[in-house]
Amino acid sequence: MAEDKKMFKVKIDNISVEVEPGTTILNAARLIGGEVVPPAMCYYSKLEGSGGKCRTCLVKVTKGSEADPRPMPKLVASCRTTVMDGMEVANITSPEVLDARKGVVEFLLLNHPLDCPICDQAGECHLQDLSYEHGADATRYEFKRRTFDKVDLGDKIKLHMTRCILCYRCVFTADQLTEKREHGVLGRGDAAEIGTYIKQSLDNDFIGNVIDVCPVGALTDNTFRFKNRVWFLKPVDAHRNCSNPKCCGKVVLWMRGDEVFRVTARKDKYGEVENFICDECRFEKKEKSDWTIEGPRKIDRHSVISQGHYVNTVKPKDALVEVLDGRQPKLLFDIHSESQVNRPEIDLSKIDGPAHSDDFIIKKS
Amino acid sequence: MGRKLLLDKAHIEGIRYYDTYRSNGGYTAAEKALKTLGPDGVLDEVKKSGLRGRGGAGFPTGMKWSFIAKPEGVPRYLVCNADESEPGTFKDRYLMEHIPHLLIEGLLISSFALGANSCYIYIRGEYAWIPEILEQAIAEAKNKGWLGKNILGTGYDLEIYVQRGAGAYICGEETALIESLEGKRGNPRIKPPFPAVKGLWQCPTVVNNVETLAAVVPIINIGGDEYIKFGTGKSTGTKLISACGNINKPGVYEIEMNISVEEFIFSDEYCGGIKNNKRLKACIPGGSSVPVLPANLLLKTAKGETRMMTYESLADGGFATGSMLGSGGFIVMDEDQCIVRNTLTFARFYHHESCGQCSPCREGTGWMKKVLHNIEYGKGKMSDIDLLWDIQRKIEGNTICPLGDAAAWPVAAAIRHFRDEFEWHVLNPDESQKRNYGIAHYADPIPVPAGA
Amino acid sequence: MAVVQFSEEKLNKVKEIVARYPQGKQKSALIPVLHLAQEAFGGWLSAETMDYVASLLQLEPIEVYEVATFYSMFNLKPVGTYMFEVCQTGPCMVSGSDQIIEYIKSKLGIGVGETTPDGLFTLKTVECLGACGYAPMMQLGKHYREHLTPAKVDEIIAECRAKANAN
Repeated sequence: MAEDKKMFKVKIDNISVEVEPGTTILNAARLIGGEVVPPAMCYYSKLEGSGGKCRTCLVKVTKGSEADPRPMPKLVASCRTTVMDGMEVANITSPEVLDARKGVVEFLLLNHPLDCPICDQAGECHLQDLSYEHGADATRYEFKRRTFDKVDLGDKIKLHMTRCILCYRCVFTADQLTEKREHGVLGRGDAAEIGTYIKQSLDNDFIGNVIDVCPVGALTDNTFRFKNRVWFLKPVDAHRNCSNPKCCGKVVLWMRGDEVFRVTARKDKYGEVENFICDECRFEKKEKSDWTIEGPRKIDRHSVISQGHYVNTVKPKDALVEVLDGRQPKLLFDIHSESQVNRPEIDLSKIDGPAHSDDFIIKKS
Repeated sequence: MGRKLLLDKAHIEGIRYYDTYRSNGGYTAAEKALKTLGPDGVLDEVKKSGLRGRGGAGFPTGMKWSFIAKPEGVPRYLVCNADESEPGTFKDRYLMEHIPHLLIEGLLISSFALGANSCYIYIRGEYAWIPEILEQAIAEAKNKGWLGKNILGTGYDLEIYVQRGAGAYICGEETALIESLEGKRGNPRIKPPFPAVKGLWQCPTVVNNVETLAAVVPIINIGGDEYIKFGTGKSTGTKLISACGNINKPGVYEIEMNISVEEFIFSDEYCGGIKNNKRLKACIPGGSSVPVLPANLLLKTAKGETRMMTYESLADGGFATGSMLGSGGFIVMDEDQCIVRNTLTFARFYHHESCGQCSPCREGTGWMKKVLHNIEYGKGKMSDIDLLWDIQRKIEGNTICPLGDAAAWPVAAAIRHFRDEFEWHVLNPDESQKRNYGIAHYADPIPVPAGA
Repeated sequence: MAVVQFSEEKLNKVKEIVARYPQGKQKSALIPVLHLAQEAFGGWLSAETMDYVASLLQLEPIEVYEVATFYSMFNLKPVGTYMFEVCQTGPCMVSGSDQIIEYIKSKLGIGVGETTPDGLFTLKTVECLGACGYAPMMQLGKHYREHLTPAKVDEIIAECRAKANAN
């Protein structure tokens, strides 16, 4: 390899970094890390051709390069703009960028349903994080929102188009990971939708990855839907010897007790899959015995998923103990003797589809 | 009479056919280019002519050509943008219908200069009868040895193909056009790379408007130095203007860029004045996406100078008090026209034509349409006007391609210059359903802040 | 259901179109071939028609669906024999297209996007067709009908009816 490769000096929000030529502004910012990293809803480093569409990563280039120091006239998509030597970029230090980003968030939320309380993606949704960080506290949109019927893309994947932000990631995934793309973007403008045109199942060894790359709850795992909230589950790193040569077999098991609720690929701190996994690992291997457990997965402690988990948590002072001042609390009643729901002997992961109250009635056999 | 370069022979009976075109001096420019000038000579003349892209952006054509990458062993392409879809514009259609050989000759010279051996004319799908006219002209030219292999014995080969679109304004954007030509959805590409480096099938490509490529013919015939003697300043040569709306003589006019807007609207040589002797209220001088101007700012600039039909003069004052020559779609509105309704039709147009790829345009165009619809139909609120302003501001400049800007500008300009008409709609929901606001004070000089 | 199959003549046309592009770039022929297919198979594109086009050009069916649903000239549902596509954008609007659309609606007794019960006429409103100087106007089949007036609309309807009766 060429040792004397020339590196480009770039300044992002006044922080300098040296990167290889051809690096995008976004990836240069990721090398710095922290707050200067622009958010990305459509860019996905593992998917060629992705990015440029959502416009959340817009930044201002205040100096084009050492050779041509003129600033760029418009804000640019940092995920698709490569750096030049001497380039200076303003992200969070530019009010113009923050204002534009706020606008983009508003546009993305315009037709997005506020159904987080019943959405399986809640807690690991990029749009939720983005709105929290950059959005306004109220909407100015007073019209009917665009809605679509939910569609089953086969028995494993549920498409809830109403939530889709048209990032095209799932299209790139199908193009680049599977042998044959069967779904795509249909229609035009704000009537554009992800679909298969004629209802058919997506059938391919790796198609389940579209669930992991979806930044919102538009594509969800039918074997997990409504089974549990992600923050009640413990993510555990695990692996198995997968017979599929293209599958790494390295996954995260989302567990509660010994039950495996769902299997996903491992994601890095930008929410991107590290290695794609096959559908057999994802959908078929739901027993703890299928896997070799490596240990608890490290989750950023700011994430809602880390709440109530085992690392970096500080146990709050037990108020009850102090109030009781040494006395024992009196048990008034056992909740399980009153409620039919959440009985400890019912294995939630064994319930097919969304859980109904009927499922909690213990059948006398 | 203004001098003409493109339509000077348009009135000749049978000019659509090769023999008549040839006997009236056709293909002499091609002969000169191929036999005398050579590719670099052609490029020099086009550079000297100061020709600017006639599709709307006004980018210098010679410069665009000089950007084309020339890697060894990779074919280059010339694509003719005949996807004329900007509301108010219908000049390319006129050219292709009446003098197809002028375009073919322009394509031959330009392809030769660029070193392209295949050239595609991408024509909007709705012009369904024009491909036949073009294909017939291509066949005639080929028959006479102007296309095909070894043209004029120079060893240069060229084939020209006509490709029909299928109804998408966005395909007028050059990268969307290339995508469409590749048989894909018309989603604009993210630039860079620019088409000059990676265009059609990832090969170096130049995309030019019909009128631009046709203008190459007179440039070669008379020479770049003569061409700049037409027009004024950086607005060299002649420009086709498609005039429409409430005028006595709508149609396509070739103007030398040295006449005033007033002359263009009121003289009998051009538009012939406002229909039914009504008064001029407003005008969109360069196709639907450029800012609308009230009569007072249209005829005189904010500095009080006479507004001319040139790139510079129409843009004088920036967007605060000026507009753009754009594609030359000249839409005139009389005193009975409603600015709110007119803006609504354009908002509806851009909403309909947004490709849906990037979020500001996909979501914002529909939002603007709905808010404007409310105002037009007596359901608007005062705050809606500021909301509209804010939406357009957040679309402009933040999208992948210029369609976002094109959708934002008409709304911005309508509010900027006609805010009282919007307010009148909000305050008089019932009356606004029965009558229009009228001309108000738009025809009178209104004070314009210095430096605006 | 009739079998979706181009005539020999149309197949030759497809070959001719494909030959315009470099080897392996036959996808470029998609839009022209969809136009051919729409003409040949009843003025609209059924899923079967699109699948047939996909097989002709060696494409995945989804690539065809994606394109067909993007462009406004491709009809994905059956339409009347005569489709009135009336422009309603700014320049036509200022020249009276609203009144023309209302007139056609009352004359044919259908709304925008609807087809007459006899399957003869469909009314569609469209965005700018590039005939602003000859407004108001509509597209009927391959050609434009310009400078529309109620009387002219009557003539056009009568002309279509006569043509339909002749067939």
